[in-house]
Amino acid sequence: MVSNPAMINISSWDGTLSAAEFYVASCAFSELWKKFNLALPQWSWIPSSKRPGIPFNHVEGYLSMENVILPSFEQEDYHEEDLMEKEEHSCSNVDEFIDDAILVQNYCHEVNYYDFHIVYSTSYRVPVLYFRAYRNDGQTLLLDKIEKDIPPNSAKLLTNSKWTFITQEEHPQLNRPWYTLHPCGTTDWMKLLLTNEASVGQDGVASEKYLVSWFSVVGQVFGLKIPFEMLGNIGTL
Amino acid sequence: MDSKGGGGTEAQKFVWEGAIPLQIHLHDSEVTTLPNPSPALILAPRLGYLPLLVSQIKPFFSNSLPPGVDTVWFEYKGLPLKWYIPTGVLFDLLCAEAERPWNLTVHFRGYPGNFLTPCEDEDSVKWSFINALKEAAYIITGNCKNIMSMSQSDQADLWHSVLNGNMEAYLRVSSKLKLGTIGDDYSLKLNFTSNTCFGHYEGSDLGGFSSGRIPVRLYIRSINEDINDLEDAPTVDSWDKISYINRPVEIQGEGQCFTLYDAVKALLPELFADKHLLTDNVSKEEAEDGQQSEEVSSSRSPEEVGESLTKHAGSSLDTAEIKVIRIQGIEPKVEIPFGWVVNNLMNPEHYLHICAYIKVVEPIII
Repeated sequence: MVSNPAMINISSWDGTLSAAEFYVASCAFSELWKKFNLALPQWSWIPSSKRPGIPFNHVEGYLSMENVILPSFEQEDYHEEDLMEKEEHSCSNVDEFIDDAILVQNYCHEVNYYDFHIVYSTSYRVPVLYFRAYRNDGQTLLLDKIEKDIPPNSAKLLTNSKWTFITQEEHPQLNRPWYTLHPCGTTDWMKLLLTNEASVGQDGVASEKYLVSWFSVVGQVFGLKIPFEMLGNIGTL
Repeated sequence: MDSKGGGGTEAQKFVWEGAIPLQIHLHDSEVTTLPNPSPALILAPRLGYLPLLVSQIKPFFSNSLPPGVDTVWFEYKGLPLKWYIPTGVLFDLLCAEAERPWNLTVHFRGYPGNFLTPCEDEDSVKWSFINALKEAAYIITGNCKNIMSMSQSDQADLWHSVLNGNMEAYLRVSSKLKLGTIGDDYSLKLNFTSNTCFGHYEGSDLGGFSSGRIPVRLYIRSINEDINDLEDAPTVDSWDKISYINRPVEIQGEGQCFTLYDAVKALLPELFADKHLLTDNVSKEEAEDGQQSEEVSSSRSPEEVGESLTKHAGSSLDTAEIKVIRIQGIEPKVEIPFGWVVNNLMNPEHYLHICAYIKVVEPIII
């Protein structure tokens, strides 16, 4: 644990962060997100109000980004020729939908929406991603439909180790089943990520960096990529 | 309390043998025969989970069910029951006044997927158990390695010991996990010793918990009304009325005694902030309340439990007051060393489940 929530001592770091550091990291993350104006909704901080009769602490809460349409992954993973080939093999009524200028999610499917919540786990001491997907009409989607929206590599990981990758759990604040990326292992790759940063200062790494780095990995499951500039931009807020 | 050994303590035996008599009724909408099927009478292990009882229950109702695929779920007075919460905890939490037998309704159709995560079969329960064990292991040791590296046969043995309520088998396998709990003979440096608090409470050592973090799940039922008898508490009709705190307790203090009270205080700091501890200066009011709750508790639990104390969380400007703390169906004295409570009353996935009834007075907003 560090005394100053803003700095993490890298040499002895175990990959975790405290609840206070999570709050600092969340504020920084949502600010950066806004600054980079990605074609995605903003993150908002939702304070937790779980305990009746007990005044809530504003720093206890989670980050929420809702009504997200996932970017089409086909654009980035294939060369143009491959893309053309793929188009030929798609649905027969493809002609109505092709428009080079517009990013469409997937010609054959209607658009699905995603809600993402980043919740701090007091057990694992890391952020955990909770998500749900739903159709236009609000109906919740199950994993088999979600698999079609995410990049092929993630889908493969999903089916191969179903129990350790995505699990369905009760959202810790909302009392409803949501899907979550299992947090076991987060500390291992966070340590790798942040200790390799060339820009680690003498005092350590600013906890503000944590969520940006964390999301750069976790977001990829859904094809949400953080621009490289955003990673290098901490401290210039 | 007997000494611990390979066979576990008296308290642990008590917990492992604990069971709730259930009277299970098939939901009306699923009864297709006349006369209505009789309810199933089942003894449910406290440490077990409701879906594990389905194979025992189904024979009572299979003739009555409408055609279709089974998607089993349980309900108590309209509240769908969370199947991943151990049966004993559900009972302690939802039955303010112990109801014996506990009347539940079973459904085989129409699973409320909006409220409950799916439970397809025994495997779902097993994975939920293993995940909870992983989380507990992470809290205690800082990583999940000892669980992830369990051999297939050990994992199977562990699960079967829980399925069958076999404490000896459980102790054999779980000791390999080195989670510093029941049956452990060694103790690392301690923050306190049991002798400084209650000399006769052996097994209070939390020496194995080297990180000083203890897995705890606290379920709080708020009661807004002024009731003297818990049996008058309003029925829980929604899980939104229950506050669930899944947070490790950090052992504080060197050479001091860390009690159950200290643990609850650590989990609910806002309730205790700027408030007085229950000191020697017991006011007349507090003494009377203590009497009341003593009467209530002795009529409620047939086991020998001793008096339970109502803790005032402070002055008359209170917004909250803890009325009851219930663990494994008993209401332990809050001065008991927390180490003893954990070692003897925790569940097989190494979590201590605490049910608390808290009276909340809504502040008047002017």
